[in-house]
Amino acid sequence: MYELIAQFPFVAAMVALVSLGAVFGALLGFAAEKFKTEGNPIVDQINEVLPQTQCGQCGFPGCRPYAEAIAGGEAINRCPPGGEAGIAALADLLDLEIIPLDDEHGEEKELSVVAHIREDECIGCTKCIQACPVDAILGAAKHMHTVIVSECTGCDLCVEPCPVDCIDLLSEEITLKTWHWDLPTSDVIASDRDASAQEQAA
Amino acid sequence: MRKIWDFHGGVHPAENKLQSLQCDISSAGIPPQLTFPLSQHIGAPAEPIVEVGEKVRKGQKIAEARGFISVPVHASTSGTISAIEDRLIAHASGLSAPCIVLDSDGQDEWISHQGTEDYSKLEKAELLKIIRDAGIAGMGGAGFPTAVKLAVNPDAHKIQTLIINGTECEPYITADDVLMRERAADIIAGAEILRHILNPDEVLIGVEDNKGAAAAALKGAVRNSGSSVEIVTFPTKYPSGGEKQLIEILTGKQVPSGGLPSELGIVCQNVGSVVAIYRAVVHGEPLISRITTVTGAAVAQAQNFEVLLGSPMSYLLQLAGFQPERCARLVMGGPMMGFTVADHEVPVVKTTNCLLAPTAEELPAPDPAQACIRCGLCAEACPASLLPQQLYWFARSREYEKLAAHNLFDCIECGACSYACPSHIPLVQYYRAGKAEVTQMRHDQAKSEHSRTRFEARQERLERDAAAKEAQRAARKQAAEERARQAASEGQEDADPIQAAIERAQAKKAASQASVDGEAGPKTETSQAADTEQAATTQADTAQPDAAQPDAAQLAIERARAARAESAEQSPLEKANSKLQRLQERQAKSEAKLQQSREDGAAENIIEALESALEKLAPKIAAAEQELKALQEESEG
Amino acid sequence: MALMQVSSPHAHGPLSTPTVMRTVLLATLPGVIALTYFFGFGTLVNIAWACLVALGCEALALKLRNRPLGFYLNDASALVTATLLGIAMPPYAPWWLILVGVAFAILIAKHLYGGLGYNPFNPAMVGYVVLLISFPIQMTAWAAPVGINANNPPGLLQALQLCFAPGSIDAMTMATPLDLLKQNNGLLLEDLWRQNPQFGRWSGIGWEWANLGFLAGGGYLLYKRIFTWHAPVAMLASLSLMAALFYDGGSSASTGSPLFHLLSGGTMLGAFFIITDPVSSAVSNRGRLIFGAAIGVLIFLIRSYGNYPDAVAFAVLIMNFAAPFIDYYTQPRTYGHGRQHEEQDS
Repeated sequence: MYELIAQFPFVAAMVALVSLGAVFGALLGFAAEKFKTEGNPIVDQINEVLPQTQCGQCGFPGCRPYAEAIAGGEAINRCPPGGEAGIAALADLLDLEIIPLDDEHGEEKELSVVAHIREDECIGCTKCIQACPVDAILGAAKHMHTVIVSECTGCDLCVEPCPVDCIDLLSEEITLKTWHWDLPTSDVIASDRDASAQEQAA
Repeated sequence: MRKIWDFHGGVHPAENKLQSLQCDISSAGIPPQLTFPLSQHIGAPAEPIVEVGEKVRKGQKIAEARGFISVPVHASTSGTISAIEDRLIAHASGLSAPCIVLDSDGQDEWISHQGTEDYSKLEKAELLKIIRDAGIAGMGGAGFPTAVKLAVNPDAHKIQTLIINGTECEPYITADDVLMRERAADIIAGAEILRHILNPDEVLIGVEDNKGAAAAALKGAVRNSGSSVEIVTFPTKYPSGGEKQLIEILTGKQVPSGGLPSELGIVCQNVGSVVAIYRAVVHGEPLISRITTVTGAAVAQAQNFEVLLGSPMSYLLQLAGFQPERCARLVMGGPMMGFTVADHEVPVVKTTNCLLAPTAEELPAPDPAQACIRCGLCAEACPASLLPQQLYWFARSREYEKLAAHNLFDCIECGACSYACPSHIPLVQYYRAGKAEVTQMRHDQAKSEHSRTRFEARQERLERDAAAKEAQRAARKQAAEERARQAASEGQEDADPIQAAIERAQAKKAASQASVDGEAGPKTETSQAADTEQAATTQADTAQPDAAQPDAAQLAIERARAARAESAEQSPLEKANSKLQRLQERQAKSEAKLQQSREDGAAENIIEALESALEKLAPKIAAAEQELKALQEESEG
Repeated sequence: MALMQVSSPHAHGPLSTPTVMRTVLLATLPGVIALTYFFGFGTLVNIAWACLVALGCEALALKLRNRPLGFYLNDASALVTATLLGIAMPPYAPWWLILVGVAFAILIAKHLYGGLGYNPFNPAMVGYVVLLISFPIQMTAWAAPVGINANNPPGLLQALQLCFAPGSIDAMTMATPLDLLKQNNGLLLEDLWRQNPQFGRWSGIGWEWANLGFLAGGGYLLYKRIFTWHAPVAMLASLSLMAALFYDGGSSASTGSPLFHLLSGGTMLGAFFIITDPVSSAVSNRGRLIFGAAIGVLIFLIRSYGNYPDAVAFAVLIMNFAAPFIDYYTQPRTYGHGRQHEEQDS
């Protein structure tokens, strides 16, 4: 045996490596089959990350269709309500680069908004009711409609169909209950990212 | 000697208590105008029960508690209600909140009130009602309604230990200290009332060892009254006055995260609250005044005042010789946990234990924060054994999941970490912001989950509506065909008019049933909004469901199943044959119908439609013939 | 006047980062004095030159990173790095050696990782190890102590000359006691002691006093509560324990007595000034006990069985790697969270 190896060192090395590879490959293959984890289907995971405003600003009819589209390779930067944080979460989930929001589809809003119907102007046409993706508008034909504030996602899909323009998007007011301290801002401990951003701006 | 435990961490800031201990409690008197915020406690704000212009007397209830966790508000002197409106209140946000404004008349005329000398005859529930009606909320600073805290269910948790908190660990504040010195007898009497309510095994009053005079006064009062209340002193360390820390010091137990002390059989009350309970029960006086320390280098004489609730802070500060030009910030509470108020005019409330008016030299403006050097002094100072610097990194990088995983919500915001931090990082502010963000994130997640279900429910309903419409259309078509067949067979001699009538009726029923099913479908949806839209979109539709009718759709499905089963038994050849036959029959019928229509002089469009239908049938028949032929050849070959 | 609106707490403790750094600098004094007394002005020149280079490098890095110079230079962290490196370097090292070491420490080991607070490795030790590996001859040429072979250590002028014009004059160098012990070939420890004049009462002449000096400085820092006792005590205890376990009374294969190890080389400098660097060490007290103990063991192992006579720098860097891992497993139990440690993802 030893002599054989000494005689054909190259062949011996090849044989050794190939057999090692075969053994470990088989082990890995076995493990992959045996311990296969049934994960959440990727579309569901993406859908979890999306903000569920169902606003359609991405160009798809709702969040789930966009989730399916992302799973099929669509860009992850088409969701303005999710904003930068949403893109970061998607990039993290799908192991992609973080890219800036595509402003073709709208801009990220700072504050959360809800739709508000100016009720004395409402003519009761039910158009907004049909447009609302989450059934958050209450009303009947030829009767005044109103928004269920706690259900409204602020998607603004009801604004466009209104024939009398009586729907406004109002930002929620800061009250004693909702007020909170913000993260401290310090101009001294700037991060390197800030510095380069300033440079670019200048 | 009782065993004393220690809690992790803590700091020893300069006490600065002597300044305000130079003189006794003095009365602050009656200011010309008082403001009563409707929310001076944790929980739902109270609801005004007076009108503008109404005359009220001292001790009169002017706002009623709303909900379980709430307390009423009382006028602290007599006078006229001049406004009920939003005013600046003592809150870190500097926001305004609804307040009742009272112009005092200087008479200080009491409403008739009556105490109960022998409270031991009263039921527990009655005493709790007295305490609640007196508007008492935790006077140590948190402002949690006292009656709610005392309303522990004795079956669920037997209260073993009642702890009266006379710790007052914050620097500068001496309100509880002077209260214990001067009104020790009231405290002991109040503690006995609480003993009657809670029936604990032991009653302890915890006092830090820097308040020797207070502890001595309490011990004297205990001796005089023959009470079995125990006065326990322990080493001074901030924040030993925190409820959780005090419980650990006195009992060695830790309140479970997210739990309440009552789960351990412990109830904790501040000495100020205990005195208020005593006055409410024995003298029938609601909570209308409190002891407030006015201190800091920007006042000439730091001292403790007994102040009417609702007095403007500026009024109180002036009494102490306030020098506004020297004061850089005005803090309500102590230097560790107090918050800055936006204006001198905000009123004193039930939780105002201290007004701190420091000069800029005394409490300098925060230095710019330097980089965290991971020195770990914060972790050593943290009384909750958290990892403050880890939380700081996570808060900075907005990693909220990790913040929650590192128990951010066990942080009591005592400020010991910020105090110890050599890099002057405003850690507490990071945690406050982090907590708010985590709460917001959880709220958003719940909302987005909710929106998703609603969206999916809506999608489902829309699909169902579409399917129902489709079914309706199919039923109508079928009925029309039936009619056409009817028309075609009218000429035939074997036609049975009764049979035809029955068929027509059945077809009609099926159609209406299908349409009713389609419309009624969404009604089973639990979503209220679905009903709403249902109402909105189908109002015009007057179809009424008739429960007595047989389920025609069900029958149709069964018939179709039977037909399918039958056809499954046939050979392909037979199938093709019957198919051809059916098609030919249809052709014949259509031709007959066309003939009929022409003879009847039917409308042109009907004739055209029939013609085009015939045209469409021709290729189908040809295809069926071919298929039959192929099958025949196959079976022969 | 508008009232200030800030989050609590409003009071602040007496410590600040610059104070901490300056106190550390002050605490090096006894050790530096001992080094200067026994080995001449070399160490002082090292420190001065290293500080100058460090400030220059720090300023350059801050400038490149668009940071306010004054605010960050004021935290004195660069001076601490430079001083520690200057002390660790052999006296009379040539100027370029120090330049390379300090520049590497400040620019690469500190600022490339994000500056103060972000560096995973102790910058001074990174600089030291880079020099030790790249320039082993210069780095192991330690000056001879005073009084041996009538050696009179160089004065200030000579020291400057040696530093900035290397080779212009000769300075006497000798093997350090740790070197001798490592290269010991078959001599009983007692004989080794007798044959080499650099051995003093407990370890090397000069070394023992320098170590005692750093011990005194460390005691001062402990008294000032600049750091906790955990890491230094754990390191010194584990080093002594290891040395005691392997001490055979002084045979030719002996690895040296516990006292010899405690007072040799960079033991005390390491224990009180290097491993107590908060940025690159473990955070919790329990973690610091583990961190220090592991360093003690590593120092003994590398000194006795490794390739290098002294091992503080290597041991510290190896444990810097492990610090996050130690932190993960030594998270304290939060108040009210049951007695068992909750495993949470981090």
